[in-house]
Amino acid sequence: MTTTTATDPAPPGTLGALLDRVRAGREFSPNVYSTLDVLQVLYDRVLRITPETADDPDRDRFLLSKGHAVAGYYALLAAKGFIPVEWLDDQGGPESRLGDHPDRLLVPGVEIGSGSLGHGLGLGVGTALGLRAQGRATPRVYVLLGDAELDEGSNHEAIAYAGATGLASLTAIVLDNRSASHGWPGGAATRFTVNGWTAATVDGRDHEALHAALTGHDHHRPHVVVAVVTDEE
Amino acid sequence: MRETFVTTATALLDDPRTTIVLADISAAAFAPAARRYPDRVLNVGIREQLMVGVAGGLALTGQRPIVHSYAPFLVERAYEQIKLDLDHQGVGAVLVSVGASYDRAAAGRTHLAPADVALIDTLRDWTVHVPGHSDEVPGLLRDLVCGQDSAYVRLSTQSNARAYPDAGDLRVLRDAGRGAPLLVAVGPVLDAALAAVAGLPVTVAYTHRPRPFDTAGLRALAGTEVILVEPYLAGTSARVVGAALADRPHRLLALGVGRDDLRRYGSAEDHTRWHGLDAAGLRRSVEGFLAAVPVAA
Repeated sequence: MTTTTATDPAPPGTLGALLDRVRAGREFSPNVYSTLDVLQVLYDRVLRITPETADDPDRDRFLLSKGHAVAGYYALLAAKGFIPVEWLDDQGGPESRLGDHPDRLLVPGVEIGSGSLGHGLGLGVGTALGLRAQGRATPRVYVLLGDAELDEGSNHEAIAYAGATGLASLTAIVLDNRSASHGWPGGAATRFTVNGWTAATVDGRDHEALHAALTGHDHHRPHVVVAVVTDEE
Repeated sequence: MRETFVTTATALLDDPRTTIVLADISAAAFAPAARRYPDRVLNVGIREQLMVGVAGGLALTGQRPIVHSYAPFLVERAYEQIKLDLDHQGVGAVLVSVGASYDRAAAGRTHLAPADVALIDTLRDWTVHVPGHSDEVPGLLRDLVCGQDSAYVRLSTQSNARAYPDAGDLRVLRDAGRGAPLLVAVGPVLDAALAAVAGLPVTVAYTHRPRPFDTAGLRALAGTEVILVEPYLAGTSARVVGAALADRPHRLLALGVGRDDLRRYGSAEDHTRWHGLDAAGLRRSVEGFLAAVPVAA
């Protein structure tokens, strides 16, 4: 483990360096890297969230449902100033607030504690419904899932209900790195569109395509972005 | 109790935080409320995982969810959602079940949930109410919904003749004097318990709130012999009683619904008898327990 004494927020463009601080010589599975592009586009260009508005009821919500994709998430939260950069250095340690899955009670900017797959989309539906009940039309709820996570049946309860009721403030993002054991013949997006969602399937490393897809909702129906990533590492 | 719950919960919708989440069960009874408050009476269909997940999301935005279904579907099927989508997120909801242990006896094992309170009891800091009469429901439900913490309310078609709305803490209904054996009856088993100990020198105390259990009241009332009668899994509160009396020599008889899948239908009254929770069965158990007291030298 390297020792560093940096105390200032990381300058732009150093996400990789921050990720290396989290990594601290360990091997990451490819899905850590495959999530980075989506996270960057979300936090740089889509989400209306800053450390100053992290408790604002009218903020956008980002729910990381695939909680194991956490290294890039922590690096990004540090880069954006939600958490001190120093926290990255002992991720997973006995005194660390940063586990192998994120805990919303321990990490500023984290909306849900996740890890067990199949919980984020239901929480996201409830969050969208709560905001609607409060008359808050501005905030949008984004939930990041994995294609293998879609195996969990709880997702399909949420997909069907959100589609049937036209829950328009909800965007699901499926990071599709083709890791579902039995695959999704016809594409992951079809599981959503058959239930009335709008969908965009894009190259998960193409930031312009991701941005267009992540802002491509029609304000009448829930929207899904399938970000396809082939792991070359 | 179910009708009282629907009426009370509907009235609580006056508070804009109150949000009722259903999974088809009782949706017809809540239909008038849903027409008036379409954004706060939500029926997700037969999707119990989503029902509890939605409750967690609602609570994250500051709403106060009331979540309702049959006990096995609400607590057992969606247990991980209760553990993670409520507790782990640091938010609360009021869960209200119907069906109790065997109210729908003829429906068979799939609709029986004697272990529901024991499962909730694996979690920290939940309040559990097991009303013994419909008139106990409105007050406790109002108090719970006005709070922020998680609570489980277990409604039943079984009922005592009288309501004791203030019996969250133990309420003595029959006093056999200092040092007499203490019987604690939870919820709708009270009348059978009172009948069971007729003529016996046994103090009877009642509560409809097994969590948090009134341990101070228990310590004040208990002598050497303590008898628990609970309308759910036998022994569910034994650990609480054991811990409360750890510094005293005592004997505990914990009665309730057995673990066996009886694979029998019939009525709730039949199951009460088969599990020894009718007056005659309780008396047999109590007499056997008290007869086993070693004779002092």
